[in-house]
Amino acid sequence: MTARDAGVSELKFRDPARARALLETLARVVDEIGRDPVSVMHVCGSHEQAIARFGLRASLPRRLNVIMGPGCPVCITDVPEVDEGVALVHQGVRVATYGDMLKVPGSVMSLADAHAEGGKVDVVYSIAQAIDLARASDEPVVFFATGFETTAVATAAAILQDPPANFFVLSAHKYIPPVMEIVAEMPDTRVEGFLAAGHAATITGWGVFEAFVERHGIPVVVAGFEPLDILAGLVKLAELIREGRPSVVNMFPRCVTRQGNLRAQQQLWRVFRPIGGRWRGIAHVPNGNLRLRNEWAHLDARRQFDIDLHRLWEQAPAPLVQECICGDIMAGIKSPTDCTLFGRECVPHSPVGACMVSSEGTCKIWHQYGGHPDLGGYRAVCAR
Amino acid sequence: MCLGVPGKVIEVDGLIATVDFWGVRKQIHLEVVDEPVRPGDYILNHVGYAIRRIPNEEIDATLALYEELLAHARAEDDLMAADIRSEIQGARDDRT
Repeated sequence: MTARDAGVSELKFRDPARARALLETLARVVDEIGRDPVSVMHVCGSHEQAIARFGLRASLPRRLNVIMGPGCPVCITDVPEVDEGVALVHQGVRVATYGDMLKVPGSVMSLADAHAEGGKVDVVYSIAQAIDLARASDEPVVFFATGFETTAVATAAAILQDPPANFFVLSAHKYIPPVMEIVAEMPDTRVEGFLAAGHAATITGWGVFEAFVERHGIPVVVAGFEPLDILAGLVKLAELIREGRPSVVNMFPRCVTRQGNLRAQQQLWRVFRPIGGRWRGIAHVPNGNLRLRNEWAHLDARRQFDIDLHRLWEQAPAPLVQECICGDIMAGIKSPTDCTLFGRECVPHSPVGACMVSSEGTCKIWHQYGGHPDLGGYRAVCAR
Repeated sequence: MCLGVPGKVIEVDGLIATVDFWGVRKQIHLEVVDEPVRPGDYILNHVGYAIRRIPNEEIDATLALYEELLAHARAEDDLMAADIRSEIQGARDDRT
């Protein structure tokens, strides 16, 4: 259960000499920056898993805060979006979704709760399975589509393959680049550099971050999700901060090119248009939500069903949800251990907030690895 | 959802490939991948769709990384290994 004994010893994982050298370089560069603390943010659940699992924070320079931002696709799915799915189930509609979404709380209940009450909820691994469900019956099947670019392209591809007439999509897809703009401007966060997620950038390409760097003067490094990849990415990021040279550096060329996957982007933007919308607990994010274009209105659950949220909202909301600080955690303002619910009322088998539900959520990751991964400098920034 | 998983293409039938992930075979869609895919190629799979053909010179390093992640996993407690396994099995509903 616990990985608290992890640390440098665990880095023998691949190449201990290289890990030590990277850590030494990182400490030197952070010293040379001369500020305390230096805060950088990653936006990927897999990065946080690797950092927590290998006890990386214990080995990082004390002055360096590595904060997990809004990188968990399940966690940032907004409460009213879950409510739309639950309302459809209450209205007798069959809803299929990824397993990660099941326990994510809405304002009244999760899809798992709606299922326990006898509602029709199916877990699928892929949108292709949801389409198979629709093909196998005459009843409507709504796919509750969540996730970032990587899953949105699957939804786009499926829609372009002419699904059956009883198949619909409730899109809660989110697009990462715009939320980085929001977090970069949050006064309480003060992020000096971003570590961008490798696999999401496989789709968009690293070129998508160039305009961001120009606007905000904050460097971005694309990194893989292995501990050494993360360390190498942090060293590069610290060097860019030290030199006051905001730019985009791709440290994951194995997976990410400048232009990305053009075929995937073409399908993505043919099906979706970006609109502003809330990310759970964080903020309204201009262009952060992906909705179906008018051409696909016949597949759009929001336009084909009269989703009755008011009836759902007449039920009393779960009181604990009000105390959840998931949004502040994803904005990098607080850490899980700042939450009074963490590890007490809110645990993986009975989550109060979305960050405790997903394997990519900060709270679940911290809880899994001992409830209090060695925090390094994280606590300093989070406690203020 | 963040993490893709590499697999070896066994057979291609139009826009569907049979792909082997450490002995587990699955049908993977090819609509999104940006290069032609043939049997013997390796692809990166995300929720049933190939999002990238892995360049030949990167196959060994990519597989080695995943094998180490899986081999060093602390049983079922490891979230990253569990994510990779559930991507391989295609069953994401078995989590607590």
